[in-house]
Amino acid sequence: MADTHDKEIDRISGVETTGHEWDGLKELNNPLPRWWLYSFYACIVWAAVYWVLYPSWPLISSYTTGVLGANQRTEAIAAFDEGVAGRSEFADKIIATSLEDISHDQELLQFAQANGQAAFGDNCAPCHGSGATGAEGYPNLQDDTWLWGGTLDDIHTTLLYGIRSDHDEARIGEMPAFGRDELLTRKEVAEVANFVASKAGVETEDGVDLAAGQVLYDDNCAACHGENLEGIQEVGAPSLMSANYLYGNSLDDIKAQIHAPRNGVMPAWVDRLDPATIKSLTVYVHSFGGGQ
Amino acid sequence: MVSLEEGGFAIFLVLLAFACLIVAGKTFDQVMAFHAGIGALIAAVSVFWIFKNYFDDGGEPIPQEIGGKPNYNMGPVKFGSVAAMVWGLAGFTVGLVIALQLAFPALNFDLPWTNFGRMRPLHTSAVIFAFGGNVLLATSMYVVQRTSRARMPGKILPWFVIVGYNVFIVIAGTGYLLGATQSKEYAEPEWYADLWLTVVWVAYLLLFLGTLWKRKEPHIYVANWFYLAFIVTIAMLHIVNNLTIPVSAYSTKSYIVWSGVQDAMVQWWYGHNAVGFFLTAGFLAIMYYFIPKRADRPVYSYRLSIVHFWALIFIYIWAGPHHLHYTALPQWASTLGATFSIILWMPSWGGMINGLMTLSGAWDKLRTDPVLRMMVVSVAFYGMSTFEGPLMSLRSVNSLSHYTDWTIGHVHSGALGWVGYISFGALYCLIPWLWNRKGLYSLKLVNWHFWLSTLGIVLYITSMWVSGIMQGLMWRAYDQLGFLEYSFVETVEAMHPFYIIRALGGALFLLGAVIMAYNLWMTVRHGEAEEAEATPAGSLAPAE
Repeated sequence: MADTHDKEIDRISGVETTGHEWDGLKELNNPLPRWWLYSFYACIVWAAVYWVLYPSWPLISSYTTGVLGANQRTEAIAAFDEGVAGRSEFADKIIATSLEDISHDQELLQFAQANGQAAFGDNCAPCHGSGATGAEGYPNLQDDTWLWGGTLDDIHTTLLYGIRSDHDEARIGEMPAFGRDELLTRKEVAEVANFVASKAGVETEDGVDLAAGQVLYDDNCAACHGENLEGIQEVGAPSLMSANYLYGNSLDDIKAQIHAPRNGVMPAWVDRLDPATIKSLTVYVHSFGGGQ
Repeated sequence: MVSLEEGGFAIFLVLLAFACLIVAGKTFDQVMAFHAGIGALIAAVSVFWIFKNYFDDGGEPIPQEIGGKPNYNMGPVKFGSVAAMVWGLAGFTVGLVIALQLAFPALNFDLPWTNFGRMRPLHTSAVIFAFGGNVLLATSMYVVQRTSRARMPGKILPWFVIVGYNVFIVIAGTGYLLGATQSKEYAEPEWYADLWLTVVWVAYLLLFLGTLWKRKEPHIYVANWFYLAFIVTIAMLHIVNNLTIPVSAYSTKSYIVWSGVQDAMVQWWYGHNAVGFFLTAGFLAIMYYFIPKRADRPVYSYRLSIVHFWALIFIYIWAGPHHLHYTALPQWASTLGATFSIILWMPSWGGMINGLMTLSGAWDKLRTDPVLRMMVVSVAFYGMSTFEGPLMSLRSVNSLSHYTDWTIGHVHSGALGWVGYISFGALYCLIPWLWNRKGLYSLKLVNWHFWLSTLGIVLYITSMWVSGIMQGLMWRAYDQLGFLEYSFVETVEAMHPFYIIRALGGALFLLGAVIMAYNLWMTVRHGEAEEAEATPAGSLAPAE
């Protein structure tokens, strides 16, 4: 640095200034703090050691791999395999044992419950709720109302292939849109809705012909929902006998569903979860209390 | 005669207004029509303003000096300072709203415009680019003139930069709310807003360089090195990260030219260096002018300022990959990002040391001057977050901290503590200087601002640390059979109380800023005028 500037001595610190001044601002000519400089060097040395040990610098078509041979991809796969291996003793047994027998083996049951609970929280709870009590449009799994059956095998099939999912084996049941597609008139929709409501103990409207509603029911609905509104699980048609409906329990809700039904979708899990986990989930859901 | 500058800007803005009108007329995209309409209106008003100004002052050239003293151009600085305060209040408020939305999702109101997904970029852009950006523009224009003893070049150019930048903010912010976004974090504005910012930013660079070129001082002050590094690097980052191909000139939608992991790497090269050069280098420049000025002490070490400046500039640019640990990014890039983050630790701390040690011999002022106290605490927060940052960049720490609230806490210790406080300190200094006031309306109110917001920051950071570390530990907790202990929903539920504490911290920070705005307003309106002293420029500037 040129020494032509007007250097001063700062009265407070006794340190020389650099002699520059901008808008009244000056600079002291203090050296770099030692601890700062050595810490800086130490960080560089640390980084250099790290570069020798681990993959770090890119080359033209590859990179320096490091003397430790570390590789995050193989490490991740090894950790995953280790996790799977740790569970494989029980998982293999779960696969080999029938759903019925899992419930009778205390050890296997405990494993299936733990596996089912973990899988349920991240895969099922977003729709069915953390407590599996469902919400409008998402069935409650705690009660004994089942759309597609509540036996172990029924639940297992539903879990594997889903409902109205894009899987070939999916459970398919499509209620026609009686109102929107003009299969029934607005008046007829009201009549059949009032008839269903009267059977389920829901308040009905005055002056609606319930007998006409019953005729319409027999002609249009009974094939799937049964002559006595008891439902047919093979086609996923729910029982209409009590007001425990998936899409709401008021007369308006019933009308809306007849007019333009919402046919909800459950995904197929067969390609997303491993077989032991799906079986565990089956046992877990079945054990909620509503299992048949 | 109309000068080349005035004529050039007038022609450019007339053409721009027509182009905007054509786009507004032909587009089917309502957001584009709205934005083109705004563009046409502002361009037309600006042309009118240029000519009105020309006829008002008779086309006389502005004197570079008055009475042997530089005739500084402080109009745009005033504009930027006021804009910063206004955008700051808006940005902090939106921040509080989204903090409350996270605790109480019903506050999304099921409306697209008030949805968290649109409000979150509105918050980040409002505080970083609108508040922080205006503070940087205003202080840089002030500092570069004062430390160069030269008036900024041009008559229209400085106004073009500061107004043009704020037009960008309006286009970006309204775009988010209306759903126009390119979905790149901190670079959400769509192609046309990016293009406009590029034009404004190049003008800003020319303005800054032009002022340095005209300087009457033999050397360039350290604050100006940092400002220049900030301007140049942000230009580079902005352009490379926003290389998109619009669907058509009449559509808001565009597609980025980068894809896959390259896109991710470019994005975080941009994202981390936005932190490094916008939020660090730029605000270090503010620190290097306002702390020695307020403390009335020389900068501690010239040598340290040189070494840490160059070290910071060269090393920061490498650190981006630490945002992408354990992703598709190759491990070697990840390693380089982490190791350079560690090397960056001391260069960052160089700024802290120079800021704090400048106080030696003036520490007693902290008891009496809450503005200086705010700036010193700011430097302390800077030191804290630049220690925490390298720590979090290590893969083993990152595997716990990444994707959790810990990151949010870390960012806010830097944002609220460092960037917020140094900006507040600078504005508390700048407003009385610009409006020729003896001092602030009330130091007592500054004290209230200081303590309320400090409490707010502490609540914010600690709640996010606890929440983030808890969240990270819950994600990796296994039961004895080897299954995950907690579902994702359970971790969300566990964070709820901390979200409320965080929102409380944010509310205190906002309250402090409201007190500040009132205090500054009263300073301008009712503050005691400074005797006509060394700076005639301030009183002359608004006449332009």
